[in-house]
Order: sequence, then C-alpha cells, then structure tokens
Amino acid sequence: MSSALLTLADSRLPAGGHAHSGGVEQAVAAGLVHDPGSLAAFLLRRLTTSGAVAAGLASAACQGDDLARLDAEADARTPSPALRAASRQQGRGLVRVGRRAWPSPLWDALPAAPHHPVALGVAAAAGGLTPRDAAAAAAYLSVSGPATAAQRLLAMDPLTVAAVTARLAPDIDAVAGNSTRSADGSLPADTDPLLDLLAEVHSARKDRFFAS
Amino acid sequence: MPPDHDLDDYVDPYEHGHRHGGPLRVGLGGPVGSGKTALAAALCRTLGTEYDLAVVTNDIYTTEDADFLRRNAILPDDRIEAVQTGCCPHTAIRDDITANLDAVELLEARHPGLELVFVESGGDNLTASFSYGLVDVQVFVVDVAGGDKVPRKGGPGVTASDLLVVNKTDLAPLVGADLDVMRRDSATVRGEKPTLLISLREDPAATEVAEWVRAQVRARRLQQA
Ligand SMILES: Nc1nc2c(ncn2[C@@H]2O[C@H](COP(=O)(O)OP(=O)(O)O)[C@@H](O)[C@H]2O)c(=O)[nH]1
Ligand SMILES: [Mg+2]
Repeated sequence: MSSALLTLADSRLPAGGHAHSGGVEQAVAAGLVHDPGSLAAFLLRRLTTSGAVAAGLASAACQGDDLARLDAEADARTPSPALRAASRQQGRGLVRVGRRAWPSPLWDALPAAPHHPVALGVAAAAGGLTPRDAAAAAAYLSVSGPATAAQRLLAMDPLTVAAVTARLAPDIDAVAGNSTRSADGSLPADTDPLLDLLAEVHSARKDRFFAS
Repeated sequence: MPPDHDLDDYVDPYEHGHRHGGPLRVGLGGPVGSGKTALAAALCRTLGTEYDLAVVTNDIYTTEDADFLRRNAILPDDRIEAVQTGCCPHTAIRDDITANLDAVELLEARHPGLELVFVESGGDNLTASFSYGLVDVQVFVVDVAGGDKVPRKGGPGVTASDLLVVNKTDLAPLVGADLDVMRRDSATVRGEKPTLLISLREDPAATEVAEWVRAQVRARRLQQA
C-alpha cells in the first residue's frame, strides 16, 4: 500500500467533506442517532449501502473504466436529487485538490463536477494506488465523515466516536473487498430509502449546519 | 498581503496563472455580533454603484445574513451565496475552503464582469482568520462593546489582518471603553497595518472602510496589469 492512500482518506484533505454529514444531521434531528449504539448502527447501514456503491464506483474508476459511463451509473444508483447534488459537490472539491496533489492527464477525462466516488477512483489512480485502495478509501470515507458529524452535533465523547469507527474496520474491509464487478459485469447497487428520505428532508431545511 | 503571495514555489506548477484576473476577494471576519453583516451591507450600498460586486455568507447556523442582505434589497438574490460550514465556521474559511471557493466561483461564472467579492465568515473567536487561498485581503471586525482589551489580547485576526475595524464607537461611553487605549494597543500589536475605529450606526456608508477597499481594488489591478 502506498501512503498516498492515507492522504486520500485523511479527513483533513481539503476536499470539502467536513461540511457534509452523510445524513447524520437529519438522522439526529429525527432521533434515529442519539448515542454510540445508534451511531454505530447508522454507520454500518450507510457503509453497506451507499458505502458499497461508492466503493464499487471508485474501484472501477481507478481501474480505467469509462468515466462518463460510471458517472451515469452513479446517477442511476442515487435516486435522491439532494444526494446526487451532494455527491457532485464533493466530487468537484476532490478534483480541485486532487489535480494539485496528484497531477495527471487522467483528470481531464472527468466530467466537470463528477460524482465523488468516480473522482475518488481517478484520484487513487493519479496517486498510483490500486482499485482495491480506491474502494477502501470510498468505504472508509462513507463512515468517517458522518461519524465526525455526529460527534460535533451531539457533543459525543470523541474517544467513543473514534472507537466506533475503528471497530468498523472489518466491515469496511469486507465492503472494499467485495467492490469489484461481479461476473455479469455489474457493480454494487444497494440503496437505502432511509438515507434518501433523510437527505431530501434535510435539503429543504434552512436551519442546517451541514450541506448534506 | 499574504507572506507567500509572490513566491513562485507556491504557485501551482500544473495550472497556469495562479489566479489571474477575476474579482478582488475580501474576507470579513470577526466575532459574532461585531458588525460583519452590517459592514457588508454598508459596503454593498456604498460600492455597489462603482463595482460589479457579490457576497458570500458563512452563517454558522441559518441563512440569516444572506436573508438580511436580500431583505434590505442591498443586493439581488443572484449576487448572494450562502454556504454551510458543518458546525465549523473556522474550518470553512481556513482549513478546508472548498465550499467557499465553490460559492465564489459560482458567482464569478454567473457574473463574468465581477470586480469585488466579499466573503463574510461565520462569527468565531479571536483566533479565526481566512486562508489566502480563499481571499486576497482580509478585514477583521471587532467591536467596542467587547471591551477595550480586545486589541491587546491579539490573536491572528487582530494582529495579522490587512485591516482591523473597531466598530460601534458610539457605544464607547455606555460600556466604559477607552477608544484611545484601543487605538494605541492596535498600533502596538499591528505595527504598520491599518486600524479604523468606526460606528456603522453613525456612518451607515462605512466611508473609511470603503475607501480602503477601493485602494485594494486599485492595488490588485496595478499588480495584475
Ligand atoms: N450601536 C451599534 N450597533 C451596531 C453597529 N454596527 C452594527 N450594530 C448592530 O450590532 C448587531 C450585530 O451586527 P451584525 O452585523 O449582525 O454582526 P455580525 O454577527 O458580525 O454579522 C446588529 O444588531 C447591528 O444592528 C454600530 O456601529 N453601533
Ligand atoms: Mg453576520
């Protein structure tokens, strides 16, 4: 593994992720996330649905699959318009910093504001990483950002939140390991209507801290 | 001016032109309630007829500031963008400026002739400051009501901002603040950098601050010519 993966998955990489809660802000408002146990359950659910989809797309993008097609596949797997916008917003942010961090002609093949997992796959390739690394970054990021958001919103003990995230490691690895195209050529397509609904309700709110 | 503005090593070697052309980006930072929105509004009123301008707001919680600017019809809707800062107003202007860059670039794309953009930070404490990756110059706004010890306390906003504004001088007698002390302490911690003591209540046009902004626009044009 190249240490570029550590940079790519670092929450301090200035790609705009800190302003996205991955549905946690609305889950907190709805009372669904309120303590370490409910947070862990939420994160696992997110990891195995949108995290798995992101891992599949990132891995395929890193591998050199057609990026416009993958971007369309990401759209098809993201029914919520709010989530599509959030993903493209974060993709754009990642492209901005990624181009500087890992200069490569690969970036030029991306659409203007690509879905985040697609941009992540390109960043991984530009940084000399493998598709498996790209999937690991996507899977990890699908829970690390939301965990931090919960910590801030609920003023949870940061040590507890770190432990919750750390204990998801086997699940994160499993998701990353299953991210490659299946025999029939398809990518993971799991969805979670709850995340879609939370995102839609959230985006209509004016009193929110997070962009999504 | 930022320390690294002119060093070639910091210029992105892969993208030509650091940031050539485009509007002057002015950061307005400072604690909650010091008068950042009032100053943004005043500057829009005073400079709106001279420059093609727009505002980005970073309220920590609501779109209060953007709504204020809209309500007062100081700027049309399409010249105001509000960003969410994920409970961390400071991160959004210094450590991860992505959302603010997106907002500024959106405004620039929508108004190709844009000459001036104000970025109002969400209120924070005295350690808050803007990254020079986001703004060209920054104004730090404190107020007299916070006590006359604020300039002495320092912090990057007070000591390193390109302009320090001490607002609400009209309140000085009410809160027992000594303006001379504030003026003297500011000069001590800021060296050559300018400080303006103003009252937006008494001068809703923010005359002196507007004059400083004009000078910054001229300086940037010269630098880029
Ligand atoms: N007395 C007095 N009040 C002011 C002055 N400038 C602003 N205010 C008031 O201070 C309050 C906070 O101002 P605002 O611009 O919203 O502060 P912000 O949080 O820094 O954006 C508002 O009620 C303003 O009307 C001033 O010069 N004198
Ligand atoms: Mg304000």
